[in-house]
Amino acid sequence: MRSSTFVLICTAIAAAVFALARWYGNEYAFFAGYVVLQFIVLATAWNILGGYTGYVNFGSAAFFAVGAYTSIFFHKFYPLPIPVLIVLGGVLSGLIGLGMGYLTLRLRGAFFAIGTLALAVVLQTLVTNWTYVGGARGAYVLRPNEMEFIGPYIQYLFLLMLALTVFALSVARGIERSQLGYGFATIRDDELAAEASGVPTLRLKLIATTISGGLMGMAGAPFPYYLGYVQPSSAFGLEYAVNAIAMPMIGGTTSWVGPLIGAILLATIQQWATVTISSELGVLIVGVLLVGFVVLAPKGIVGLVGGWRRGRSG
Amino acid sequence: MALLEVSGLGKRFGGFVALDGIDFAVAAGERVGLIGPNGSGKSTLVNCICGTLANDSGTVHFDGAPIGGFKAHQRTRLGLARSFQLPRPFMSLTVAGNLRVPMVYTVNARGGRHLSAADIDARCAELLQLVGLAPKADRFPRDLTQVEMRKLELARAMAAEPKLLIADEAMAGLSQAEVSEIVALLIDLNKRGITIILIEHIMRAVMSFSERLVVLVSGKKIADGRPDVVIQDPEVERAYLGQ
Amino acid sequence: MEIPYDLLINALVAGLLLGAFYAAVTVGISISFGILDIVNIAHPGFIILGSYIAYIVNTRLGVDPILVSIVMLPVFYMFGAIVYQVYYHSFEKRGEDPLRGLAFFFGLLFVTEVALVIVFGVDYRYVQAPYIGPSLKFGMVDLPLRMLVPAVVALVLFLALQLFLTRTFMGRAIMGVAQDQLALRLVAASPTRIKRSAFAISMATAAVAGALLIIIQPVEPSVGREYIGRVFAICVLGGLGSIPGTLVGAMMLGVIESFTSTFYGPSWAPAVAFGVLLLVLAFRPAGLFGR
Repeated sequence: MRSSTFVLICTAIAAAVFALARWYGNEYAFFAGYVVLQFIVLATAWNILGGYTGYVNFGSAAFFAVGAYTSIFFHKFYPLPIPVLIVLGGVLSGLIGLGMGYLTLRLRGAFFAIGTLALAVVLQTLVTNWTYVGGARGAYVLRPNEMEFIGPYIQYLFLLMLALTVFALSVARGIERSQLGYGFATIRDDELAAEASGVPTLRLKLIATTISGGLMGMAGAPFPYYLGYVQPSSAFGLEYAVNAIAMPMIGGTTSWVGPLIGAILLATIQQWATVTISSELGVLIVGVLLVGFVVLAPKGIVGLVGGWRRGRSG
Repeated sequence: MALLEVSGLGKRFGGFVALDGIDFAVAAGERVGLIGPNGSGKSTLVNCICGTLANDSGTVHFDGAPIGGFKAHQRTRLGLARSFQLPRPFMSLTVAGNLRVPMVYTVNARGGRHLSAADIDARCAELLQLVGLAPKADRFPRDLTQVEMRKLELARAMAAEPKLLIADEAMAGLSQAEVSEIVALLIDLNKRGITIILIEHIMRAVMSFSERLVVLVSGKKIADGRPDVVIQDPEVERAYLGQ
Repeated sequence: MEIPYDLLINALVAGLLLGAFYAAVTVGISISFGILDIVNIAHPGFIILGSYIAYIVNTRLGVDPILVSIVMLPVFYMFGAIVYQVYYHSFEKRGEDPLRGLAFFFGLLFVTEVALVIVFGVDYRYVQAPYIGPSLKFGMVDLPLRMLVPAVVALVLFLALQLFLTRTFMGRAIMGVAQDQLALRLVAASPTRIKRSAFAISMATAAVAGALLIIIQPVEPSVGREYIGRVFAICVLGGLGSIPGTLVGAMMLGVIESFTSTFYGPSWAPAVAFGVLLLVLAFRPAGLFGR
């Protein structure tokens, strides 16, 4: 399937999802749906670096928060429409990804992982001490109740996140099928051999961290408008970092389908657990599933289904 | 003029001197054997020449130009390919897919000639034919035997269309018949115009392959010359008997 | 700005005491990450687990937290052996990419933290002991026993481990496993068994570190996260795999943090460790004393 066809199909599905949600007419569906979509973008973004090149990013929350706080900053400084903020948040977090990669990607993989963890804490401390964006107490964002042509504001946000989801999935699938994705796979398999085959590994890894970080920032940019109030501990929440890893790992890391499946599954479980029991239980389930899958089913759900289908046909 | 010229090359790991002022040159079209006991610095030398490790002192010239600051992938693009001592295939790519990597990232990245998708498929088929892996083109490396893995390793290095191929212990652990097979393959490649440095323990293979022999002991070059002469050298004998 | 002399001295002493405690927190990571090359980022989570065990026994039975932790050593050792066994069979043996190993420990960290939140909530917990509260005073220098006792216990633990690793057969085998697995096989030692013991020992240190932690400060489940940056910063600062380096790195970080919170305010302290880590990774990845 060509990329343009894929984008068209995705857009059609997205339009159908939106129409369905409107027909259902429940505001809660939009609120819950927004979270699921946001996690699809985050998981897909994580997987572009983690799944395709094999470098673990523990600092997804940092990139997400950079997007969120870019919006907060501009909300105070010079209000801009959300699509513009999404682009700005993406550019900024992409640049941070690039810088982060430049610092640590020349070292062993574990250092990159630890470095991303460090980045999250450093950025959180900076934001906590930066009173212009609210400091530790957080910042309120006044949002309109209605959006022209669309109706309730949450529907507008939902639509934006839907568009971002289509964008993220198309980027991921595009990379997979390009020369870039081919190079990423060689890095994941064996970096030394990749270099010896002429693959400029450092450059490709930097491209991956930039794209991945950028998409995470884009996912975070509308967040203040969704919640109406952001504080460092919510924007930098560990649950973003854990979900961003768990979703691709549980879904399957080698293709764009895995993070999509993992995100829909885990985000839905968490929404359900939050409403019925407690949000702690929801994240506990995610953690247990993550450990269970990496030990018992390293190829994720996609691998399990693939193995089951091969088993039946062969 | 020499294709590869190494002068005064030194490398230390902490207090351990792995390479101590190595000088040697390889002319275009030569078949050179590089031998030495375990830990004599052969692999370190290869890694320094190929850019996997940075040398502490000395220079490496390739094709007349210094390549000191170049990264491994840049050296591959200049025409300096290697195979690894332990095969390191890309496990998630098919056998043909493994060969495609250097074509896409080396041959096409050199500029000038550009291989189309069809060209690449044709080159893959041709190379796999050459090393005898054609029937396994669509299999994954985990399905290959030891000797097939070695052949894949050589074929992948060849796919970069190198001027110089460094084969690092391409035959360790293979049977006699398999060794002869690989030696024949290397000689065949050399006849096609590729300069080859063979690093090897198996003396029979080295002697039948090499036009010239270089011997390393404890990070120093102790002999360099015609194989039959070098092998009689008392210092070389002592190094090997002492092992 | 004129810096008061007594403030400076007190910040330095507090930093050194803190540093000694950090050494106990880090020594487990030094063994698992530095020597065994297992990136056990869940270690701080297990330390918090140790804190809570000390807390439970202390509040229910009034037993001294340090004593509790010593009794818990074998339990943590066993637990470590089990975790290693799972890790070995799932990742190391299969040659699975390190990606999954990292995710595994990250998951363990997270599960430990959330499980503690579910059981104990997010309130701060603390222990009771005679040395929490009083201080020794030498001239202008304040030595709170709450810091001094953990520092001394930490140094004893550290010294014991250093002696074990350099003087006993098993200890030397552990130090050797990093360098040469083949040589170990030649002396008929199984690398897997040695690594399992080493990992179990690294886990056992978490029991002691946890008790020390809850003596020094009240603990809630997410405190462990602050320590991730610290332990890895110290480990890298001191040079991977070097046990004495760990002590030096820990002391340095303790002093730097103490000065930061004395002169800039405690809200900046968390960033210090990670900032140090990022700087070291960027400029001296082999550690300050590395080659």
